[in-house]
Amino acid sequence: MQTMPPALEVNDLTVAYRDKPVLWDVDLQVPTGVLMAVVGPNGAGKTTLIKSVMGLMQAAAGSVQVFGEPAGRQQVRRIGYVPQRTSVDWDFPTSVRDVVAMGRYNRGGLWRRTDRRDAERVARALATVDMEDLADRQINELSGGQQQRVFLARALVQDADLYLMDEPFQGVDAVTEQSMVSVLRRLQEQGRTVLAVHHDLRTAPVYFDWVALLNVRLIASGPMAAAFSECNLQETFGGLAPAWANPPATTAA
Amino acid sequence: MEAFLQFFNDYTLRNVLLGTAWIGVVSGSLGTFAFLRRQSLLGDVISHATLPGVVLAFLVWQRREIGVLMIGAAGTGLLATALIQVVDTRTNIKRDGAMGVALAVFFGIGVLLLSMIQNLPTASQAGLDKFIFGQAAALVQSDVTVLLAAGGVVLAALLLLWRELKIVTFDPDFARAAGFRVTVLEGGVVTLIVVATVMGLQTVGVILMSAMLIAPAAAARQWTDRLSIMVLVAALVGGTSGAAGAVVSAFGPQIPTGPVVVLVLTALVLVSLFLGRKRGLVWRWHRQRRSRKLADPDTVLGALGALEAAHAGTVRGHPKAVVRMAVGQSAQVGQALAALRQAGLADEHDGDWSLTERGRSEAGRRARDQGG
Repeated sequence: MQTMPPALEVNDLTVAYRDKPVLWDVDLQVPTGVLMAVVGPNGAGKTTLIKSVMGLMQAAAGSVQVFGEPAGRQQVRRIGYVPQRTSVDWDFPTSVRDVVAMGRYNRGGLWRRTDRRDAERVARALATVDMEDLADRQINELSGGQQQRVFLARALVQDADLYLMDEPFQGVDAVTEQSMVSVLRRLQEQGRTVLAVHHDLRTAPVYFDWVALLNVRLIASGPMAAAFSECNLQETFGGLAPAWANPPATTAA
Repeated sequence: MEAFLQFFNDYTLRNVLLGTAWIGVVSGSLGTFAFLRRQSLLGDVISHATLPGVVLAFLVWQRREIGVLMIGAAGTGLLATALIQVVDTRTNIKRDGAMGVALAVFFGIGVLLLSMIQNLPTASQAGLDKFIFGQAAALVQSDVTVLLAAGGVVLAALLLLWRELKIVTFDPDFARAAGFRVTVLEGGVVTLIVVATVMGLQTVGVILMSAMLIAPAAAARQWTDRLSIMVLVAALVGGTSGAAGAVVSAFGPQIPTGPVVVLVLTALVLVSLFLGRKRGLVWRWHRQRRSRKLADPDTVLGALGALEAAHAGTVRGHPKAVVRMAVGQSAQVGQALAALRQAGLADEHDGDWSLTERGRSEAGRRARDQGG
């Protein structure tokens, strides 16, 4: 176990927007098989962290390794991605099933179309997120929570080892949130790794077992019980951390 | 009838009809992607920016075959898109501003070059000004062959890269994350748009060619929620308007093709906006009406009673819209209110509905019945 490379290793990552650092010298290790929440205030660079790992943003400095290899085209199929739901135009003329199938588009070359095994995979993923009844629904008729589940299903059919999710519970009702969390748990049971931007400090310690506290710099990261401390939260949120965010680890002690 | 048949046997007209319809098919199907990527303005910039290229190609090679002119047009068209990219990324001017600048600069240069060559001693430049509004009658057999080949390449690329174009259009970030070469694909789309635009220059003209790209897609979107069908409908709309424009303008040498094509397109877009099966206004209105249930008088009576109880002593009447909201489910309350008035339970003053004495006691009795 000790010799296994971490699912994700970020070294000295600095990302700037017009000479203003959005991420400053971030070193982060995400061990294989954990559910890690990325927590921090608005503008802390949480989305930027996810996007630079995916190669969607140019880093000013630093390196990213995925399962011990430099991030690049070879690793692409080992990473699944759930972008923010507001990042696309939901008025696009297509169905739920079609969007989920896009998770398989990068398998095979130019001439390959979606085959029966892909179709079965798509159906299974839709069942996993409780969307099978809406498979043929137009995507412009979906609620926010349903849109979020479509993106989760699309990531599931990517069959990845490391999942990067940008606010997967945004706009989701409480019941759906619980069922999505159980999907994440199942991914973990299968030995997969999840790194998710999460906004709700109350539920972060309940849903995730590891945490990264980010505010341009990485304040702390590690197992929830160790890193999600009042002191670290204060530093991350600049003394504005709400009282209810007191970590259960310290209140229990 | 004989004149009509002769008309279709006419060699020139057959070329013109085939060429212009084909241009509509190609630009309509490709334009769907530009439309969905919200790049409608880009087509406009590209088509305007081809004008200097047309004139330059003529100056360099002293020929006016469509193939020669297309090379020049494609050159300056692509140059304009590159300029947009540079201005967008290197300066603090936003993308729409960059597009405006590119359009103005390139079209300005084009018009300038055009007026300069009007004074050349040779007569062969005559007719180049037709590129501004288009003249389909100028199409000859060899032009049509070039058009068929260029359009065939565009449509083949579209079919071959169908999934790539679809994912890049819907979610470019996800496509990049999934390993697609998004920058290359986006460049490819722009190149295809340039080719499609250049194809229509001679017949539709630089000013109106962008309508050929975008309007068919706008019309097609009203009929379907599937991308493949949308592309087919857009091709059909484009082809039909192209053919119609060619036929009408062939009747008189003074009728430019471009404006006729655009008029036909506009008519098709309007019809689609009203009658389109998926989002047309008429269907939407019909669905809304059908989904609105008729509220039954008892419910409305209860709602009026509740409204009066809530506003006891302050407001007497309530407009119909408020009653509808009190009933909920955007039900239609008009008939129920009329029935209540006929029964003497409710009345209306200046558009405000209130219960009569009898209606008030009736509503109160029912509320008690329900409570007990």
